[in-house]
Amino acid sequence: MDVIAGFFAAQPRALLWGLGGVLGVLTLAVGVTGLLARLRPDGDFTNLRQRIASWWVMIALLAAALLLGWIAVLILFVVISFIALREFLSLAHIRPEDRLIVLAAYLCIPVSYAFIGIDRYGMYLVFIPVYVFMFLPFAMTWIGQTRAFLATAATFHWGLVTCVYNLGFAAFLMRTPAAAHLPAGPAGLVFFLLVATEANDVMQYVWGKLIGRRKIIPKVSPNKTWEGFLGGWATTAALIWFLGPVFTPLSGAGLAIMAATLPIAGFAGDVTMSAVKRDIGVKDSSALIPGHGGLLDRADSLIFTAPLYFHILMFFCLKDYF
Amino acid sequence: MRWLRRAVIVVIARPIARMFTGADIIGREKLPLKGPAILVANHSSHVDTVLLLTIYPSKALDRVRPAAAADYFLKGRLMSWFSRNILAIVPVARDRAGAGEDVLAPAREALAAGDIVLIFPEGTRGDGEELTRLKSGVARLAAAFPDAPVTPIWLQGAGRVLPKGAHMPVPMNCTVLVGDAIHWGGDRAAFMEEMRQRLEALKALAPPQRWA
Repeated sequence: MDVIAGFFAAQPRALLWGLGGVLGVLTLAVGVTGLLARLRPDGDFTNLRQRIASWWVMIALLAAALLLGWIAVLILFVVISFIALREFLSLAHIRPEDRLIVLAAYLCIPVSYAFIGIDRYGMYLVFIPVYVFMFLPFAMTWIGQTRAFLATAATFHWGLVTCVYNLGFAAFLMRTPAAAHLPAGPAGLVFFLLVATEANDVMQYVWGKLIGRRKIIPKVSPNKTWEGFLGGWATTAALIWFLGPVFTPLSGAGLAIMAATLPIAGFAGDVTMSAVKRDIGVKDSSALIPGHGGLLDRADSLIFTAPLYFHILMFFCLKDYF
Repeated sequence: MRWLRRAVIVVIARPIARMFTGADIIGREKLPLKGPAILVANHSSHVDTVLLLTIYPSKALDRVRPAAAADYFLKGRLMSWFSRNILAIVPVARDRAGAGEDVLAPAREALAAGDIVLIFPEGTRGDGEELTRLKSGVARLAAAFPDAPVTPIWLQGAGRVLPKGAHMPVPMNCTVLVGDAIHWGGDRAAFMEEMRQRLEALKALAPPQRWA
């Protein structure tokens, strides 16, 4: 018991309160769903129930990793990147000759994350965007198939930057030194990135359901509306403005810029990935997460918010550490 | 041997198969849990058999037995031991089919014993894109066991993880689609046609994985 109590006592207060708050919101969601089902007995709440059940699992995994420290978060994000890239490369149009290139793309995941493990930011920055960018197409020349060469090389690069490089920034936040005056530790930074991103997804959905009328990008996402986007933007911006200082060292202009831009990045990630899926001809990237679809469906907004969040924090608060 | 098979499939093969294929399954509740029952699936890879064994509900796993070519799976002592004890295959001596031998006898025995027999009616691995001609052996089995449900299964993507002729498996998402069971109605041609239609209908629901 003492070990467990000591483990929690050593965690930043704000992080524990934050995690508790998320569990509270989830419990509330269960209660509301139960109430809705009672008020509308003929309604079908299976999807909503599945979604919430999946949230419990996702939050349990993330919370455990955040409490255990940077190695656990790193391993979790290696797995997330692998599953996301597997979903992407399984649906994207690649050539039968490229099977070994697919394998090489998977091998880039441990290398990219190893640079986070040894805390070499500069090498992380150039590995995928510069060196993998050159190496994979070169490796494709050995196979000797030039048909659809450019399209395939671009597909591999797009998958690696989105699923591995961009998501990796979330894990890199864990390597911020404690000396950086973080109010909730490095885990607090990751926690708040995830909360702001997912809250934005949920609030856009809720506002869209409640008052959505004018379609925003009907050819890509027919269900997305201006009302949903703006309502989600305002709600998330307020959340970041008021809770940002609890979990991050941001204040003033930095906090304002984060509040104004992060919800837009989340929306952009969501609709950009929707356009890719529409191009391929699928609605969900897999059936991994009951009620949500695939991992890419859940992480699409995070792919765009993680680097932005990282860079705003770095520019305003952490420039000495990277 | 039964515990060893269970342990290998559930503890070792299941996590590996999940990692390599994602193992999405649609219609899991339609899988028969009691024999005699026949499963018919398309075939494009050795991964097909492993994937199906690893997604099968554990309580019925002991009953599931893939029909497999004796000339390939009973070749060599190690392979033969593995095929008999871990995969628990029902051997089909496809090379002796022309010699007037009853190559379906082991499958009939298995069904009579209450097993769930998995059959790839294409008879061999295809390219993973189109369903090839279906062999009628499954119709003869269904006729012999008219009460056994015949459950169609479409396996999408295994041919990309490990295509015919490849040696290195590459992780790619796979989807298993289970359809509603059909029953022997008395006419072989009609039965084969219905089975093909059911398989094609499942294929149409599968994620559109295409090579460029």
